[in-house]
Amino acid sequence: MQTDVKENKSELTKKDFVSDQSVRWCPGCGDYMILANMQKAFARMGHEKQNFVNVSGIGCSSRITYYLDTYGVHSIHGRALAVASGVKLANPDLNVWVFTGDGDCMAIGGNHFIHACRRNLDMNVVIFNNRIYGMTKGQSSPTTPPGLKTKTAADGSIENPFNIGDIAIGSGATFFARVPDNNHQLMEEVMMQAYHHKGTSVIEVLQNCVIFTDGIHEQITGNDTKDDNQLVLEHGKPMIYGKEQKFGLKVNGMRLEAVPLNGNSPESAGVLVHDAHDAGSQMHAALVKLQLPEFPVAMGVIRKVDAPQYEQDVHKAIARARSRTEFKSVSDLFHSGNTWDIG
Amino acid sequence: MATNVLTSEMKKVVIRFSGDSGDGMQLTGDIFSQSSGQAGHDLTTIPDFPAEIRAPQGSVGGVSSFQIQIGGTEIYTPGDKVDVLVVMNPAALKANLGFLKPGGTIIADKDSFNARNLKKADYDTNPLDDGSLNDYHVFRTPATSLTREALKDLGLENQVMTRSKNMFALGVVNYLFSRPLDNIITFLEKKFGKKPVMLEANKLALEAGYNFAVSTELMGPSIIIPPANLPKGTYRNIDGNTAVAWGLLAAAENSGKKLSLCSYPITPASEILHELSARKDMGAIVFQAEDEIAAVCAAVGAAFSGNLSATTTSGPGASLKTEAMGLAVIAELPLVLVNVQRAGPSTGLPTKTEQSDLYQALYGRHGEAPLVVMAASSPDDCFYYSYMAAKIAMENTTPVVLLSDSYLSSGTSPWRIPENGELPDISIPKFHKPAEEWKPYLRQSDSLNRYWMSPGDKGFEHRIGGLEKQEITGNLTYEPQNHEKMTKIREAKIEGIAVKLPKQKVIGAASGKLLVVGWGSTHGAINTAVIELLEEGGKDIGYTHFNYISPLPENTEEILGKYDQILVCELNNGQFVNYLRAKFPDLDFRQFNKIQGQPFFTSEIKAAIINTLTE
Repeated sequence: MQTDVKENKSELTKKDFVSDQSVRWCPGCGDYMILANMQKAFARMGHEKQNFVNVSGIGCSSRITYYLDTYGVHSIHGRALAVASGVKLANPDLNVWVFTGDGDCMAIGGNHFIHACRRNLDMNVVIFNNRIYGMTKGQSSPTTPPGLKTKTAADGSIENPFNIGDIAIGSGATFFARVPDNNHQLMEEVMMQAYHHKGTSVIEVLQNCVIFTDGIHEQITGNDTKDDNQLVLEHGKPMIYGKEQKFGLKVNGMRLEAVPLNGNSPESAGVLVHDAHDAGSQMHAALVKLQLPEFPVAMGVIRKVDAPQYEQDVHKAIARARSRTEFKSVSDLFHSGNTWDIG
Repeated sequence: MATNVLTSEMKKVVIRFSGDSGDGMQLTGDIFSQSSGQAGHDLTTIPDFPAEIRAPQGSVGGVSSFQIQIGGTEIYTPGDKVDVLVVMNPAALKANLGFLKPGGTIIADKDSFNARNLKKADYDTNPLDDGSLNDYHVFRTPATSLTREALKDLGLENQVMTRSKNMFALGVVNYLFSRPLDNIITFLEKKFGKKPVMLEANKLALEAGYNFAVSTELMGPSIIIPPANLPKGTYRNIDGNTAVAWGLLAAAENSGKKLSLCSYPITPASEILHELSARKDMGAIVFQAEDEIAAVCAAVGAAFSGNLSATTTSGPGASLKTEAMGLAVIAELPLVLVNVQRAGPSTGLPTKTEQSDLYQALYGRHGEAPLVVMAASSPDDCFYYSYMAAKIAMENTTPVVLLSDSYLSSGTSPWRIPENGELPDISIPKFHKPAEEWKPYLRQSDSLNRYWMSPGDKGFEHRIGGLEKQEITGNLTYEPQNHEKMTKIREAKIEGIAVKLPKQKVIGAASGKLLVVGWGSTHGAINTAVIELLEEGGKDIGYTHFNYISPLPENTEEILGKYDQILVCELNNGQFVNYLRAKFPDLDFRQFNKIQGQPFFTSEIKAAIINTLTE
């Protein structure tokens, strides 16, 4: 079982998680930032190194398993979550991380994603969302924005894209967070929260692909625009944003509304306070769907609720059955019921 | 009237119980099997039930049957043709008369042959009265009315009382074969212990049937089948799917590994998933995945985690699992895939048997992806071969495909429960040197096995995956020579397992005119055919049956080369024979195939052998 241990208890450092393999992403790729943050966060988790398992699918994102010096499986396209479910269920002591991309996880692996969200094994899923197929060189993905020209949509994509958080929450995910690849502090913080969360944690990283969708998240993550265009949520804190924190979110009828504070305190302006632990998912679903230009894009831990963990329930049921049974060995099972002797 | 096939000297007999789906024929057959086993008979059974969950009552499509062959000699099949046919309604007669031998016995519930039921079964006149059954010995029993009469004091509704008429029929059959009712009553007590009224109803109906047969003397003297000469031990009846599940449990216990089963429901393999889901008491970790692909991928994950790992399916599911099986091949992880074959392609005949997934098991992966392929050959030996599949997988860090099929999955045969120490040990290669000296693709020099290290093993942290790896180090590499070398190593590793396999055996002539060859579930029919021909004075005929297909046992070519002709019999269009042709191009193979979704009849094999010998 993944137990709550004090951070920094172990003496592991970032270096302990750097493998001897040379990293082969394109120079400037957002993946480098994710890798560095993971290595840092892993060292902070206080989990025995031999109990880390990283599982990935296929795509640029999924190469990360080779660069993290832990146990790892670089599996097949779309199936990382299925492999990881088998890993975790077989040995619930393991600290399991899945690394995947928007194509790997939301297209070919979409079925595994929704079922992982509803099943709620205690594992963590980091989705590198660059809104394109990178490794296969530039085809549309399920998160490609409408109008974007790709190798498979020369006149611009005409498809309705997935909102990853919306799918996750709709499928029953107990933890969803979103981070930009260039906010180290927030990413590390979110990874630590995901680690401590008992259940499946889904983390969408807005990741920049320098080759095919360079700048795709720029409006959200760019230095000049990020403060106005990101709502960084924190549990128990008011939903305010903007360079000078002059805007907030409130409810108007059935909808959210972005409003200027006009010098009022968030409280007196009726700004909502973020409740990540709300078991109901309506507000979380509304928050993940906020889009530019009307709204800022929600970041941080949007949802984090307690629910039974699948692998714990399975192993508890086994322990209960073992304690009640008269069968000490398979031989007892084989001799139970109707048998007869010959000779 | 044809000569009565039932004689007091007969050593084996085939009985078919049939009725409407609601008539409890499977239970009746099951109870009769148990009591036959306890009487010391060898036996094999096969159920035959409608594909629809709830077919219309009284219709031919809704007939459920259970066939059993019992004998005082070794029994390998449920029998081609039936000696005794029990029919609980007109539809059952319509559906099953074709199985009955001329001169066979029909035990009918004459009460159910009323106008309504006759119409549902499309009979214009009552076959019990119109002379159409003159070639058979027909016993018209008032099963429904006498059952109701016997149960009248229990305060049950008519419909509930009628449901016990299957026990009436069983009572009649028990009289016919001179069986005391004691062990059946013991069985009923176990089954209905918590429902005293139902227990009483079933007992009364059973006794009513037996007493009816005794007092009417309709049937003449009873037939006594002598007990079979079976090896000493404790026995139970087992079906192929339960046997597969239990083989995996035994392998987990003997290897000290936990068992992970990751599967998705599919006919006719689901019962393995059901049985292991019920075996939390034995520590089985069962994962019902969202699809076949997730199931095999979770099994790969569980294998990486260090568990004995299996996934169970049938052909369509096996198709979906092929990519992940390739991952298990290149990652060299121990994994058992059980394919309970059914007739294909595509959805095919989902409830019917076939051996047509052999090519898929051998070749159904992209790239050069060799693995171990083996096949069980009887419901009870599904236990042994499932155990062996797990043993070979773990000892050789390789995926193994175990082929069963629809026929084995639901058929039953007596299983001699292995005594302590009878199963072969499972010894997984251990790495005894310090962790720094270990590498993911470091191999044992003789077997070429890599060492299976798992999360939790300190200092052995490593990455595996679908990309080609450098030999020994396991680092990613596109180096051309390395890929060729690794391909050859993977092939040699699988081929090398042959030295550990039991030698292929022959029954009958060790050399001569004809070698009959079979594999998998056809053993019963082919074995019976060959034994009968040998007993009838046939000479120069040998028979060898394969359970290990990839690799083949070491002495395969030596055996095949000793006969003038080789006849390969299988339930497909010639997959094993073509495999053998490719392996042994200098030998001449003939083939006998059946592709009807049905098992071989012994008579068909005998005819094929005689044809081959006389051509």
